[in-house]
Amino acid sequence: MLNKFPLWKNLLVLFIVFFGALYALPNLYGEDHAVQISGTRGGEVTMDTLSQVERTLGQAGIATRGMTYENGQVLVRLESDDDQLAARELLVSELGSQYIVALNLAPATPNWLSSIGGEPLKLGLDLRGGVHFLMEVDMEEALSKMRESMLDSVRDRLRDARIRYTAGGVRAEGNNIVVTLRSAEDYQSAISELRNQFEGYETRTDSSTNSITLVMTDQFLQETRANAIDQNITILRNRVDELGVAEPLIQRQGQDRIVVELPGVQDTARAKEILGATATLEFRFVDTDNDLQDAIAGRVPFGSRLFNVRGGGQQLLENRVILTGDHIVNANVGYDESNRPQVNITLDSAGGRLMTQATRGNVGRPMATVFIEFLATGEITDEGRIAFERVEEVVSVATIQAVLGSNFRITGVGSIQDAQNLALLLRAGALIAPIQIVEERTVGPSLGAENVRAGMTAIMAGFILVLFFMGIYYRKFGMVANIALLTNLVLIVGVMSMIPGATLTMPGMAGILLTVGMAVDANVIIFERIREELLAGRSPQQAISRGYENAFSTIADANITTLITALILFAVGTGSIKGFAVTLAIGIVTSMFTAIVGTRAIVNLAWGRQKRLTKLSI
Amino acid sequence: MFLITKVDENNPLRFMSINKWTTALSIILIVASLATVAINKLNWGLDFTGGTLVEVGFSQPADLAELRQVLEANDYGDAVVQNYGTQRDVLVRVPPRGEANAESIGDSLLGILQTNVDPDLQIRRVEFVGPQVGEELAEAGGLALIVAVICILIYVSFRFEWRLALSAVAGLVQDVILILGIFALFQMQIDLTILAALLATIGYSLNDSIVVADRIRENFRIMRKATPVDVIDISLSQTLSRTMVTSLTTLMVLVVLMLFGGQMIFGFAVAMSIGVVVGTYSSIFTRSTLVLALGISREDLMPPEVEKEGEDQDPVM
Repeated sequence: MLNKFPLWKNLLVLFIVFFGALYALPNLYGEDHAVQISGTRGGEVTMDTLSQVERTLGQAGIATRGMTYENGQVLVRLESDDDQLAARELLVSELGSQYIVALNLAPATPNWLSSIGGEPLKLGLDLRGGVHFLMEVDMEEALSKMRESMLDSVRDRLRDARIRYTAGGVRAEGNNIVVTLRSAEDYQSAISELRNQFEGYETRTDSSTNSITLVMTDQFLQETRANAIDQNITILRNRVDELGVAEPLIQRQGQDRIVVELPGVQDTARAKEILGATATLEFRFVDTDNDLQDAIAGRVPFGSRLFNVRGGGQQLLENRVILTGDHIVNANVGYDESNRPQVNITLDSAGGRLMTQATRGNVGRPMATVFIEFLATGEITDEGRIAFERVEEVVSVATIQAVLGSNFRITGVGSIQDAQNLALLLRAGALIAPIQIVEERTVGPSLGAENVRAGMTAIMAGFILVLFFMGIYYRKFGMVANIALLTNLVLIVGVMSMIPGATLTMPGMAGILLTVGMAVDANVIIFERIREELLAGRSPQQAISRGYENAFSTIADANITTLITALILFAVGTGSIKGFAVTLAIGIVTSMFTAIVGTRAIVNLAWGRQKRLTKLSI
Repeated sequence: MFLITKVDENNPLRFMSINKWTTALSIILIVASLATVAINKLNWGLDFTGGTLVEVGFSQPADLAELRQVLEANDYGDAVVQNYGTQRDVLVRVPPRGEANAESIGDSLLGILQTNVDPDLQIRRVEFVGPQVGEELAEAGGLALIVAVICILIYVSFRFEWRLALSAVAGLVQDVILILGIFALFQMQIDLTILAALLATIGYSLNDSIVVADRIRENFRIMRKATPVDVIDISLSQTLSRTMVTSLTTLMVLVVLMLFGGQMIFGFAVAMSIGVVVGTYSSIFTRSTLVLALGISREDLMPPEVEKEGEDQDPVM
């Protein structure tokens, strides 16, 4: 008998190896020092920004390796890290605070490769250096604010309707509000007063105790949690922009946690201070008695002040603050009668009273919402603290249509997207749920680089040892296995570069080396089997064929169980352990391919056609 | 240096003739490991206990006694200070404290070291794990081990037979107990990477036992007259050289990882190396002994009749 692969099988092997190698290729090109420019707070990066950057750098005599405009961002590649720092400094002062200029390393992948999606491996924080924070949102605080405001609202309503409740008759039980009335009459009128009046609450009545329970619906509870998380993610994203990090990751994790990963950031104290800075909100009347243009020209009237409007322009607002953001309990998007988006705002009862006082007699006047953030200036104060700058921006102006209470709405806010943004800002200014860091992992850049070096040395040394051993122990067949091993490494790197979510971590590097040790196993099983068949007196061609056939199910079973453990590791692991699981899983799949199909193709080509083969070099 | 691959079917290596001794050894090792874990306790790392860890590189070799004094003077008497890798690299660990701003302990430690010892020190690593997170990680880790064992039990009993599956998993449990025993004995720290190593060991050790189980099944089917003891001895002899070669190559890369992989990988490589050794032992002795004790026979491993159905018909494709 002869051992031959049909043509399509040989082609398939070539095809897969070719693709693996192609996508592994970007890793050979290294990275360029670069600065990345993106817009924030209304600033927009356009082709004009690109030419402005080009001009600025050209005048300063900083040479660039290329400049691209993509996805609303400008990426400038520079010759050295000195140029990179100089360019950043220059561009920060030139472009101003509406743009973020971040240091970055841009892969120097040639265009033809990146156009087919070729990208180098993404390195984990333990190899790149950087900060990983896990933050927990204080849901209890958010819910308790919600509870307090509900208690106030219910008491107000009952008082206004002159319904008498017992002492301590309006109280919270968990997230629910329980109301106990003085008499059966009060009970009846309270039912009609309270039933279906509060969004997110269901009414339950109990006539035997004259009590009414407002039960928070699960859906509303979920919404409140989701809102608290979204609010914090928005705040964090604004803050991270301040840090000028090139590829930050801000993501919800589980019920009430947020992961923040900042590659390349080394100064964790600074990062923490900036992430923890607070935002607030104010409502002010627009000064309609005086002319805006006069004020801009420098004649600002007494009692008023000029404010910047987000997205450009200015507004003249009264100095008097109607209300601050800490009275806001909730803000979300709804629709008005003609189905246009609006923002519904709920205030606590003190806020509601303030709003009523202020709007009585001012119906028809415009009211502005001012968002206030404390942004790091990048300078250090005399006490060694980070200097913060108070930045105020008008995010919305709306005309007051009626005397407002604790529930009101802002209509005519534009698109649904605009409405959502405004609601988010309102909640962000309210800081409904504070956050706390519950986990931090920082890796300094020197340790990261050291880890990369150590990992590479280990992989090379381990590889050489195994290649050497296989060559001696299985002679020519061992060399075939070695070709498969090297191909396997290329495939692992290729596949990991191809998958968008896969990052290489330190344990991942150990995983690669471990799959080398285990990839050998498949070939060992096959080769041992061939030796056995030879010793049992079969012809070399039969031994090859039977060796591969008999070994297959064993190899498959053994690898599937390892794959199961890799999947479990991926499911429960975090960060670098996930990286280990990913490389392990990819390595198992690619090694099965190279060790079974790949070596067979070579063995068939080398020995499969020889009719008078009497000996195998195994 | 080469192992013998020729197996005489009438005269295999008699592994099962010493199974009384290996069983006794296994029992002694397991009891000793459990006792060590109970007495010495496991040295749980930061990932599971919570707390703060700071790794710094000084510009000159560090005087640990001086560092301890400085930290004690600044209200960190509970800090553990040790060299990590070289003489210049120092690791400071602070156990969890019930303070409100626990997340700033790392920064405060760095500040103290910078002002009092070396203004030019390099920050290499800062880790802070809140007690709540530590508890959750420990829980998730334990759960992962249990789920892995159960999933594997299901898969192996589906592919093989319950006696083989049960002994394969019993071998895994023994592996994990022995590794933990050694970790408790030498007070090596258990963190998330060690957990990954434990799971990788489970995968590795199972690899071994599946190769053996596969051969046992095959031999039971073709050797009609052999006794179960013979079949197992023959199967173990036939797979011995594969078992040794694979253990050897895996150990080779693990030793390389220990030598060159840096501090963060060292514990992983040590745990996994122990795992390879105990895994090899358990797949040769523990599992085979257990399979015999559970009374495996030829009938248990014959292919079910259903599979034969349709064999006499032409294949469709």
